[in-house]
Amino acid sequence: MRREAAGAAVRGGLALLGLALLPWVLGGDFYVNLASQVLIYALLALSLNLLIGAAGLTSLGHAAYLGIAAYAAAWLTGNAGFGALPAALAALAIGTASAAVFGVLALRASGLGFLMITLALGQIVWGVAYRWVSLTGGDNGIRLADRPAVLGFDLGTPVAFYYFAAAVFALAFLFLRRLALSPLGACLRGTKEQPRRMAMLGHHVWMLRWIAFVLAGFWGSVAGLLYLYYHKFVSPQALSLQQSAEALLMVLLGGSSTLAGPVVGAAVITLVKNLVSSYVDRWLTLLGVIFVAVVVFMPQGIVPGLAGLLRRLRALRPERAGAAPPRAAAGHEAAP
Amino acid sequence: MQFWLIQTLNSLALGGLLFLLSSGFSLIFGLQRIPNLAHGALFMLGAYIGTSLLAREVDFWLAAPLAGVLVGLLGVALERLVLRRLAGNEQGQVLVTLGVAFIIADLCLLVWTGDPIPVPAPEGLRRPVFLFGFAFPTYRLVVLGIAVAAAIGLFLLMERTRLGAMIRAGVDDPEMARGVGIRVSGLFTTVFCLGVALAGTAGVLGGPILSAYPGLDADMLPLALVVVILGGVGSLLGAFVGSFVVSSIYNFGTALFPDLAYVILFLPMVLALVFKPEGLFGRVRA
Repeated sequence: MRREAAGAAVRGGLALLGLALLPWVLGGDFYVNLASQVLIYALLALSLNLLIGAAGLTSLGHAAYLGIAAYAAAWLTGNAGFGALPAALAALAIGTASAAVFGVLALRASGLGFLMITLALGQIVWGVAYRWVSLTGGDNGIRLADRPAVLGFDLGTPVAFYYFAAAVFALAFLFLRRLALSPLGACLRGTKEQPRRMAMLGHHVWMLRWIAFVLAGFWGSVAGLLYLYYHKFVSPQALSLQQSAEALLMVLLGGSSTLAGPVVGAAVITLVKNLVSSYVDRWLTLLGVIFVAVVVFMPQGIVPGLAGLLRRLRALRPERAGAAPPRAAAGHEAAP
Repeated sequence: MQFWLIQTLNSLALGGLLFLLSSGFSLIFGLQRIPNLAHGALFMLGAYIGTSLLAREVDFWLAAPLAGVLVGLLGVALERLVLRRLAGNEQGQVLVTLGVAFIIADLCLLVWTGDPIPVPAPEGLRRPVFLFGFAFPTYRLVVLGIAVAAAIGLFLLMERTRLGAMIRAGVDDPEMARGVGIRVSGLFTTVFCLGVALAGTAGVLGGPILSAYPGLDADMLPLALVVVILGGVGSLLGAFVGSFVVSSIYNFGTALFPDLAYVILFLPMVLALVFKPEGLFGRVRA
């Protein structure tokens, strides 16, 4: 157990070092910006995975929290004269509060009913952003004058913003990892596998799910703030069904049963999207095709799939065979 | 007075379209246990196919069923070739329908470009009729009539025919239905085809009211979702009542509070979820 903890610490340290060194490796601003985008979407996917991977609830409206927080922060700074920090805090509060309300509604159902209600709620939020022109600017969206300075650091340059996003992302990752290893995380996974048994044991299944929903909304809102600061702009596109679906695809492609999965999925989807969009205009078709392909051919996702492959390769090596029993299916403890 | 009458009629016409869209959605959901997220996209595809047929001088009353048949055939292919491979994996099936929705929407954009295509009402229905001194748009009355006729037809199909009895059995208990010798697999394809064809036909019929434009799918799908959440999964009566409730709320909302139409749409859904999560006429919880 201690060795595993040490191993996790080493891996975490290496990951942090990698995050810190990445701008030097990448060089140009274009790639640093791309890395920032990956981090933002990885955060969104991680927050969504709190529902999918941990609680077993597939949401198709998760972009709503990203969008609500981004709109709230942009509106409060631009139209209500809030400072950057109060606006950010208020936006997080509004995003989380809307998750609290939507959670009460969506958790009237589970399974596909849950999926349908989150989709309908997400589309209604999209419709509000699109149609309530006097509040949201409609299709034109809202511009943010400038990125805020955080603790005296100006986020104007790509590298500075990258480090800010990386710090927020690392914080979120640690939080979610800690949560996955905590009793609360274990209870959540219990409600996914055996809701009835958990209820029998005296756990409040609905409350556990609702907590997961609110936490997912909170981290989704954090991603929304990053999104706004990165683009300095928010439009209905930020909370469209396409955005929700992309977040879901990131989770499913990477694999929902690990923490690393959504991060890998976010990286792959963001890179493919940027690459494809610079050549052809058919990203939406490709998105649909990847969706179908992932569901049909790779239901487990990349990370668990690769982990399984590695385990099988290891089991093939004669000197190791029998020495250590192969570990059970990749759990939540897997780190990147 | 004229305003209220016209808005009421508009609501009823939109409700009729919504019924054609959501009855199929609801039946598919009831039988196959999956919300077909491509339903809005297939509605839009129907509308676009309709515009192309009309541009080739096909008569409107031929174009509508023809588009329905074409969309229905696409539905059969989708059900047989893709959804069938994922039997038992309901979440996978839903996600596939979402992927297909994206593909269809993007290909529609490719083929019919991004400009909205207006659809003229069929010859002879363009002039308003005058009743009791008020002018009524004739075409909307006709759409309402078609929707009511379709509702009666579907009701008779479900309640009075052998096929309907088998579908009802499949909705209530698929395993039992299989046990007594009903080919549930064939039913799946039939119902999927029928539901999707209704959506395609509705797309053409909706053309003169809504026109065909990119984003039509994203506008219609949430309306269908709200109808089914409100009316109850798998219930024709629920889809019927839900369609008119939702269309009235949406239509009057848009007319009276243009900014808030979508917020108002939220209300029936919230009320249904809080007080009657299985929907007004549903037997199973979504």
